[in-house]
Amino acid sequence: MAAKDGREVSSKLVLYSFWQSSCAWRVRFALNLKGLSYEYKAVDLTKGEQFTPEFEKLNPLHFVPVLVDGDIVVSDSFAILMYLEEKYPQRALLPADPQRKALNLQAASIVSSSIQPLHMMSILKYLEEKIGPQERFLFGQTNIEKGFFALEKLLKDLAGKYATGDEVSMADVFIAPQIAISAERFKIDMSTFPILSRIYDSQKALREFIAASPEKQPDAVN
Amino acid sequence: MAHEEKKLKLYSNWGSSCSFRIRIALNLKGLEYQYIPVNLLKGEQFTPEFQKLNPIGYVPVLVDDEIIVSDSLAIFMYLEEKYPQHPLLPSDLQKKAINFQAANIVCSSIQPLQNLAVLKYIEEKVSPDEKIPWVKFHIEKGFEALEKLLKGHAGRYATGDEVFMADLFLAPQIYVGIKRFDVDMAKFPLLSRLNEAYSELPQFQNAMPENQPDAPSA
Repeated sequence: MAAKDGREVSSKLVLYSFWQSSCAWRVRFALNLKGLSYEYKAVDLTKGEQFTPEFEKLNPLHFVPVLVDGDIVVSDSFAILMYLEEKYPQRALLPADPQRKALNLQAASIVSSSIQPLHMMSILKYLEEKIGPQERFLFGQTNIEKGFFALEKLLKDLAGKYATGDEVSMADVFIAPQIAISAERFKIDMSTFPILSRIYDSQKALREFIAASPEKQPDAVN
Repeated sequence: MAHEEKKLKLYSNWGSSCSFRIRIALNLKGLEYQYIPVNLLKGEQFTPEFQKLNPIGYVPVLVDDEIIVSDSLAIFMYLEEKYPQHPLLPSDLQKKAINFQAANIVCSSIQPLQNLAVLKYIEEKVSPDEKIPWVKFHIEKGFEALEKLLKGHAGRYATGDEVFMADLFLAPQIYVGIKRFDVDMAKFPLLSRLNEAYSELPQFQNAMPENQPDAPSA
């Protein structure tokens, strides 16, 4: 059903999220872009709320985000984004052109498989315990830089104002939160990545991105 | 007789589980392709020719006329859309989502933590003795999650009685777990059963590492 301003009001959409999760940020960003409102259910990862039996039923891997849409339960940000793209096709995030579409999926894959998993809290904690905080930092930094170099190469020919042109697309949904949370934390010299720097300037100015950012979430703490 | 060039080209490495996934997809869709081996140990992924195809230096890469697609997930989605015969995603949205989730558990939660670069790092910086426990920990964690995820959905195959995306991503991962890291599959009854089912499908068997043109001879 449509609200007066044309936004689709979906009172049945529920998002289980943690304010600092970059994976949840991706989904919040996409929901905003598609004009979808949703109920925010906080899962406090610092208090282990992801291990409750109720949450395990929703996602046996204990990760956020999880999207509930009526009877449908979708976990994993990639699966959620593909679901949203099909069920709510407004403001399409995947271009119709097959080459461009493939590039968006590849960019998403670089972030979600080559960068983000290697600086997850659990991995970093393990490294800190085994080899110390300095190495932990270097590991995170090295892998992020490696991934950013890959993205620079990938986007070289297609990037415009945004990752693959002048409209926001799936690649931006993955890249923007990744830069936001890791560039500062791991002291990445973004001047080494001119394309990423340029598109990030555009992405971070979007109200949909800002509204999805961690500090704006109901469970944010100072 | 003139050599008929196959339209589809797959740049692949015999042992790469990401390449394995796509070989299964091509077989299931009945798509002929030219197999172009990339010797990763010899650094062929860094040649100027290959860099032009994929500047990131990964396999697999699919070339379909003018279209070049890298990354197994992107290639899978491309094939599914361009060649809709033998669909590899169910039309039901919930089942489709489960397929994406299962595939992504493999792509993001397991495979990146067992690749050569990470293993080398663990071996060098932590200790050689930590390497195998590290890998086994992550594979088993992922397998446990997959057992739980698929429990309510599996049939003969991962998400029902037909082969879908989840199976294409699972089969190579189970293979690596068993062959390379000696994972105790007795802990994973559903995955074990699925593995059995895959072993009966020629499209999976023909895609196996040892059956590729660039596999080292025994």
